[in-house]
Amino acid sequence: MSGDIGASRGMFLEEPLIFEQDTPGRCGVDLPEPEPFDDRLGGARRQGAIGLPDLSEPAVVRHYTRLSQKNFGIDTVFYPLGSCTMKHNPRLGEKMARLPGLSDIHPFQPESTVQGALELIDLTAHWLKTLTGMPAIVMSPAAGAHGEFCGLMTIRTALEDRGERRTRVLVPESAHGTNPASAAACGFAVDAIPATAEGRVDLAALKAKLGLDVAAVMLTNPNTCGLFERDILEIAEAIHAVGGYFYCDGANYNAIVGRVRIVDLGIDVMHINLHKTFSTPHGGGGPGAGPTVLSAALAPFAPLPAVVHDDKGFRLIEHAAGSGAKPCGRIKGYHGQFGVFVRALSYMMSMGADGLRQASSDAVLNANYLLAELSDELSPSFAGPCMHEALFDDRFLKDSGVTTLDFAKALIDEGFHPMTMYFPLVVHGALLMEPTETEGKNTLDQFIAVVRDLARRAKAGESEAFKAAPVHTPRRRLDETAAARTPILRWRPVEA
Amino acid sequence: MRYLPLTEADRQTMLAAIGVAKVDDLFADVPAAARREAPVDLPFSAGEMDVERRLSALAEKNLPAGRAPFFIGAGAYRHHVPAAVDALIQRGEFLTSYTPYQPEVSQGTLQYLYEFQTQVALITGMDVANASMYDGATATAEAAAMACRVTKRKTILLSGNLHPHYRSVTATSLQYSGLVVEALDPDPLDVEDLLGRIGPDIACVVVQNPGFFGRVKDLSALAAACHAEGVLLVVAVTEPVSLGLIAPPGAMGADIVVGEGQSIGNGLNFGGPGLGLFATAEKYLRQMPGRLAGQTVDVDGRRGWVLTLSTREQHIRREKATSNICTNSGLCALAFTIHLSLLGETGFRRLAEINHAKAVTLADKLRRVKGIRVLNQTFFNEFSVLLPKSAAPVVETLAGRGILAGVPASRFYPSYPELDEVLLLTATETTTEDEMDRLVQALSEVLS
Amino acid sequence: MSTYFTKEHEWVRVTGTEGVVGITDYAQHALGDVVFVELPEVGKLLTKGGEAAVVESVKAASEVFSPVSGEVLTINATVVDQPALINDSPEDGAWFFSVRLTNPAELDGLMDRAAYDAFVKSLE
Repeated sequence: MSGDIGASRGMFLEEPLIFEQDTPGRCGVDLPEPEPFDDRLGGARRQGAIGLPDLSEPAVVRHYTRLSQKNFGIDTVFYPLGSCTMKHNPRLGEKMARLPGLSDIHPFQPESTVQGALELIDLTAHWLKTLTGMPAIVMSPAAGAHGEFCGLMTIRTALEDRGERRTRVLVPESAHGTNPASAAACGFAVDAIPATAEGRVDLAALKAKLGLDVAAVMLTNPNTCGLFERDILEIAEAIHAVGGYFYCDGANYNAIVGRVRIVDLGIDVMHINLHKTFSTPHGGGGPGAGPTVLSAALAPFAPLPAVVHDDKGFRLIEHAAGSGAKPCGRIKGYHGQFGVFVRALSYMMSMGADGLRQASSDAVLNANYLLAELSDELSPSFAGPCMHEALFDDRFLKDSGVTTLDFAKALIDEGFHPMTMYFPLVVHGALLMEPTETEGKNTLDQFIAVVRDLARRAKAGESEAFKAAPVHTPRRRLDETAAARTPILRWRPVEA
Repeated sequence: MRYLPLTEADRQTMLAAIGVAKVDDLFADVPAAARREAPVDLPFSAGEMDVERRLSALAEKNLPAGRAPFFIGAGAYRHHVPAAVDALIQRGEFLTSYTPYQPEVSQGTLQYLYEFQTQVALITGMDVANASMYDGATATAEAAAMACRVTKRKTILLSGNLHPHYRSVTATSLQYSGLVVEALDPDPLDVEDLLGRIGPDIACVVVQNPGFFGRVKDLSALAAACHAEGVLLVVAVTEPVSLGLIAPPGAMGADIVVGEGQSIGNGLNFGGPGLGLFATAEKYLRQMPGRLAGQTVDVDGRRGWVLTLSTREQHIRREKATSNICTNSGLCALAFTIHLSLLGETGFRRLAEINHAKAVTLADKLRRVKGIRVLNQTFFNEFSVLLPKSAAPVVETLAGRGILAGVPASRFYPSYPELDEVLLLTATETTTEDEMDRLVQALSEVLS
Repeated sequence: MSTYFTKEHEWVRVTGTEGVVGITDYAQHALGDVVFVELPEVGKLLTKGGEAAVVESVKAASEVFSPVSGEVLTINATVVDQPALINDSPEDGAWFFSVRLTNPAELDGLMDRAAYDAFVKSLE
């Protein structure tokens, strides 16, 4: 087989790097000749070529269109990537985010000229506070991990204000890697809490680790095994009893929107991934947004800016002076992921209080349907019911010679994006499936039939076929070891 | 509900298959005290027309930049984005895909990230760049922390010419890390003495070029002084279009370059999302935060791309990771990459020249207004002026006349009265001579 | 010359007061293809059980703990350049570093080959 550029086959189109299509003399934009000027660059003018390629507009459009065709997206396939919440991204949000009045406005325009933008932030905040029942919110975090950072930073500042130096944060073993990383970034030591055989936090172990040096418990709920933490009220009570705070990782909030009042769970802080729960596009890895709801006690320590409303209209608080609050500072430039807020608000308005509740219900129903229909052929890790995702481990593949990875790759050849693999770490060879409310029963039934068939084939000893998968993709399995041993992280011109 | 495909009949069939009577039974683990039995007190579902009406009404309450003479910059810049950029980034395979964890079905994302990394490395003059951070401010904080890991030192020195948000985000982010952030006073007159403060206790010096008040500098001497003491030089670039005309930080000796990529390919969007740029020297690669796409081959020997060097990241290294970042700015990076590909070497350089020419014209026009003093000798597309009176009310008055006249420095530094009369102004390729004349006319009237 | 093993799957080969340290075949197998290794600086003082080096595969990073206390004398630059050697020759050519033992009595707490083999068997 030829590995050369240009070896396209039918609709499998090979596409070289943009740098390999340089054609001096072409340009993809028409810009006028600048007026003659005496430069004011103080001798710092660039010398020599940059090395960017010159292409026409059609060449650029074809290049990126071809690249797009090498991707799976929710628009093309069922994408049951557990923990990531790959639900439909309504195009109304895209349209609204591009209204000139919402897109073509600068963060430092005078407040009088951006009253609608400030109102939109305030309205998005109102929806999120009302849904969770929490009294306060920080809108600026840029993603889930940034929300964690925001929440823990706020907790640490509140503790310092109390004159307390608490050093530990308790994090379950099943947590996302961002939890311990965020805690470490705020100067806390991370203490892992084991899980029970039922896939939930071991309450006794947690209580045994509690003490006056514990700043917070960080808990994902529903947890990363797709289960609701039954002991959550006792956990909240226990951490509060030693004077610590209860942080909830809201990555899985989409399972319970409109069905559970967060404030009644005893939670002090929770971030919300707008790119998961409120359906703003993941965009191949961002941008997201991680607004963080807070208790009234923590609110004064939250980072700025904040939008407030009085009889003169909406105002942006960018500096603490005179406000009486003791904010921990600022965690992001400008005023938050505004473009993401527009899409999330568009989604929330479309769904409404009734639709959001129905979406959570359908997401949980879909996951339980997968769990029920696959349990006899696969090996479910824990007894149901689950919440929005179904967790299996690799016991059903024992002695088959097929690994979780092989199984996931085989699914690709069947026209599905794989489930999340090897996460959470608390079960062996995890396969975590999150169907979301986006999928209808017909899609789920197709998926179930395919997964059951693959499981039977694995058990029947067809491991060679699994090892070879995927074959119906632009590239087959890639050598990640070579990539890491000899990193090639950028294109360089071939030496003449 | 148009986004929900399950029919009532489906739901009943599925409940029966699961073996429960109603959906509520699946929520049995939720404590009764926290259950919501009825919908929340918020509006009910709405059709597209209704939502469009409500959001358009909010949009109408803003004055978009395109409808006014517009001179605002200060870290977010208004440029013309070619129509192809927005059309391409809305392709569903880009828009609705996740982080490329499964490389066989994500070659499109991985290849454009590799192209993005290359472009960022080329324009900054550095060896390697990552696949993006949240924004320029958070990238700066990450760079400062990285410099401390590399040098095993604890003190970070922030120039007064660094964007005030970058300064405060860095100070906030590192306040509990055991590191010391020393921020020099804001410096519109370029009098700060960075060289005098460099010493063996300093991990890194963070400067911005062009500076927050617009000044363009050759940083070579600063870099040499830093390196003589084992200090890393971190250079922030808030306006990457400047790199089409100004010598790149890498050529001046920068060790880490961070920046805000918004102004290439991305709109203003009221300041978010941004696009954090992060580039460094090869030898510091293992200390770099963020995702990296790398080239490799598949089992048939064909070239392809994967995410690589992941052991630096939180999902593997947990509390020992170089950063907690996960989701970053993938789609904004795509917009950047497409725009820069359309520009190419020729267009990128020309765009930078036009920006500079426009700013030169604007500065020369303002210089002739009685009472205005242009503070910069050097600049790219933004500079600061000293007004004969407080700048904020002047800006407000001009806004009332439909002119968005720049940013008063007092917005960032209310506790520095000496900055009260300083105004930052920007001109880009979108600024017309007529708009400049309207600004000059209005300023002349307001200041007289 | 005798070789001692730890429960964290490091080995130390001792001659007089000098020891050479590496990871066992079991450890390299559990890690998979090693792609990167970070060794301590020469002259660094290590304590028994303290972090001495890091080995990484594509999907995992593991600390290597020093089996003994002592000062780092030399490091094996070859494994830094060719991490694959750790998979090919873990208990021989792919040694990590050598140390001057400051407390040879610590060796008494380590396993010999037979005890280590039995320990590994018990893990399966």
